[in-house]
Amino acid sequence: MNEIDIKFLENVFKKYYFEHFDLIRVPERTSEREFGYQKFNSGMTRHISVKDDKELHLLLMQNIPSDVYCSNAYYTFPNLPMNEKDWKEADLIFDIDAKDLNLSCRVNHTISICNVCNEISNNSEKCLKCNSTKLEKKSLPCKNCIDSSKTEVLKLTEILINDFSINKDDIHVYFSGNEGFHIYVYNSQLQQIGSRERSELVDYVMFNGAIPEKFGMKKFKPNRNSFPDFGGSGWRGRFSKYVFGSKSKRSKIISELISNGYSSFQKTLDDVSKNIGTKIDPNVTMDIHRIFRLPGSINSKSGLTKIYCKDLKKFDAYADSSFLSEDIVEVLANCPIEFKLKNKRFGPYNNEKVSVPTFTAVYMICKKLATIA
Amino acid sequence: MLALGQDEIAKYPFLADAGQYLKDKGFTLEQFGTDPDLKELIDKAYERIRVAADGKIYKSDLIEDQVSKEAALPREVFSFLLAIVLLKLSGMHTLIKRFSLAEARRAEKYLEKDLANISDESKKQLAIKIIDDLFSVQIEKLDDYFIIPVSDYLKHSINFHEREWKLINRHIENGQVFLTPHETVRLIRKELGTYINSKIVNAKAPTMIPGFEDSVNKLVMLSKKFSTFTVTTGEYPPCIKHAIDVLEKGENLPHSGRFMLATFLLSKGQSIQQIAPLFKNAPDYNERVTLYQLNHLSGTSGSGTQYSCPSCEKLKTQSLCFATSECDNIISPLQFGKKRK
Repeated sequence: MNEIDIKFLENVFKKYYFEHFDLIRVPERTSEREFGYQKFNSGMTRHISVKDDKELHLLLMQNIPSDVYCSNAYYTFPNLPMNEKDWKEADLIFDIDAKDLNLSCRVNHTISICNVCNEISNNSEKCLKCNSTKLEKKSLPCKNCIDSSKTEVLKLTEILINDFSINKDDIHVYFSGNEGFHIYVYNSQLQQIGSRERSELVDYVMFNGAIPEKFGMKKFKPNRNSFPDFGGSGWRGRFSKYVFGSKSKRSKIISELISNGYSSFQKTLDDVSKNIGTKIDPNVTMDIHRIFRLPGSINSKSGLTKIYCKDLKKFDAYADSSFLSEDIVEVLANCPIEFKLKNKRFGPYNNEKVSVPTFTAVYMICKKLATIA
Repeated sequence: MLALGQDEIAKYPFLADAGQYLKDKGFTLEQFGTDPDLKELIDKAYERIRVAADGKIYKSDLIEDQVSKEAALPREVFSFLLAIVLLKLSGMHTLIKRFSLAEARRAEKYLEKDLANISDESKKQLAIKIIDDLFSVQIEKLDDYFIIPVSDYLKHSINFHEREWKLINRHIENGQVFLTPHETVRLIRKELGTYINSKIVNAKAPTMIPGFEDSVNKLVMLSKKFSTFTVTTGEYPPCIKHAIDVLEKGENLPHSGRFMLATFLLSKGQSIQQIAPLFKNAPDYNERVTLYQLNHLSGTSGSGTQYSCPSCEKLKTQSLCFATSECDNIISPLQFGKKRK
């Protein structure tokens, strides 16, 4: 990114952190967390400890970071090197990202930027100009991306509440500021479990690794009575609703499943996994030492805020997370795809000078699809 | 400390304070080596170890889980204590491991029976208490099942590789996992083995006691049977081959895949200079970052921790596993192609 763009973004971000500090949620037990931040065009600074709101505010104003992070873990000494921090426990976090959902709309709004010659083209495998394979993909997520991600969030929260008895108030959903949601779970019995245990939890919510026996199908002499009931608890119930469809079809479908045999049933389970398993990024949940984007901070991939979703159903990602000014800026835009921000449509722009509101300019510059004119 | 009845001491001899038990009964170890009547017990102890070394469970003199004859209780406990003395004298770690495991499985049988005991509530309560005291797992009874919190279940079950132990294959309600008595006890087998093992390892090693030599020598001979050596084919497992393929094609390999590849090759003794060029084709290749990360993984920079290669289980979760029949139930890519001879 060039100096002028960086200067511009820094000014906008600084203004945001000055005016919207109330949006930044200083996490509970602040002094036990590790903080970190990144500046434009430079590496990560981490292992920072922050005492309270005031100190965090100062850190943001002094450094004008592009991104701010905070650990899900609680440590005795958050500012020491990793192996001396003395890990205590960590909030459980799930990441649902539209890019992991394999949505068909994706191809329509993904752009390839060549790292060698900077050529921008619609989603392709090789640069159309210089044939290089070193392409950076940028996606401008659409409503379908957000809606599908919301569906996954609801699937996940249903499992957390029903199977793991987690209090609804202890589940906080945030829009990541780019193309997904971060789901935080507080005060649960799962705070203290380690990475390997969390990976089992991941397989549970994703419906990975199920065996036919658990869902009633035995290898030898399968028995109709062991198949799950329509209203069964946990995955047996969800399996039943998905595979049988309705109570009346249960008997007929069980006969089919039995006659198709054991290995065919295993395939049915894989199919179930793709459809009713929750699509989360496993690595995020398994990581108990990671620093996560701080709620209320700006995501430098988009200029949008990672914001708490009070009412997920009503939440409009590209209107409710945009807090930057509407002042008009002139940019040189090379953005072949139309996008929507704050309920207004922008683009497509074909290497042209355009005057757009600051929030739009920031969005495109962050996506490397525009520069200050 | 648990208050144990006679039957319980015989069933769970590792819970008793060994030294105290000998003293209470008025014996010294030396007497076992010299007194012809007591010497029989050394043979019994040797037999207890031999059976364990064969992977079998020692059959005790208990009838219907009870100390039938008065003499049976001391015999049971003494043979256990003497076995420990013999193991310490022989210093054979393989035998100690095998013995601990067999003794754990022996105790497991009794615990399971006690847990399922409907007619004697006190037996069930004691079994629950043993599990709670030794492993800090609080179990509760609910209908025909025992239930434990998901977090406790996970802490123990992650050591199992059979798929039926995966959380997805368990019945869960309200944050609790439902288990049969058999499963409850099976869940803590490893900890039971570890507990017994640590008791033996931490026991003071005695100097040779006259009369014990023959049995100790026999144990040293016995342990030779278990020494193994392995040969490696040198071929990479499919997950590693796949990762190298992806990089060679210039496609993107996710961070977790790069972590796997780097830690695998580092474990196989390759140097950072040998590994770094593999990443050259990556779409976001940056020499400085690659070297920084490799140095970090190898422990030459950063915290000094050397990161190890992820397990097959973890790789499955990350969609990085491309198992073939040659993987043959290994639990880490590092075990691929190793054959015991």
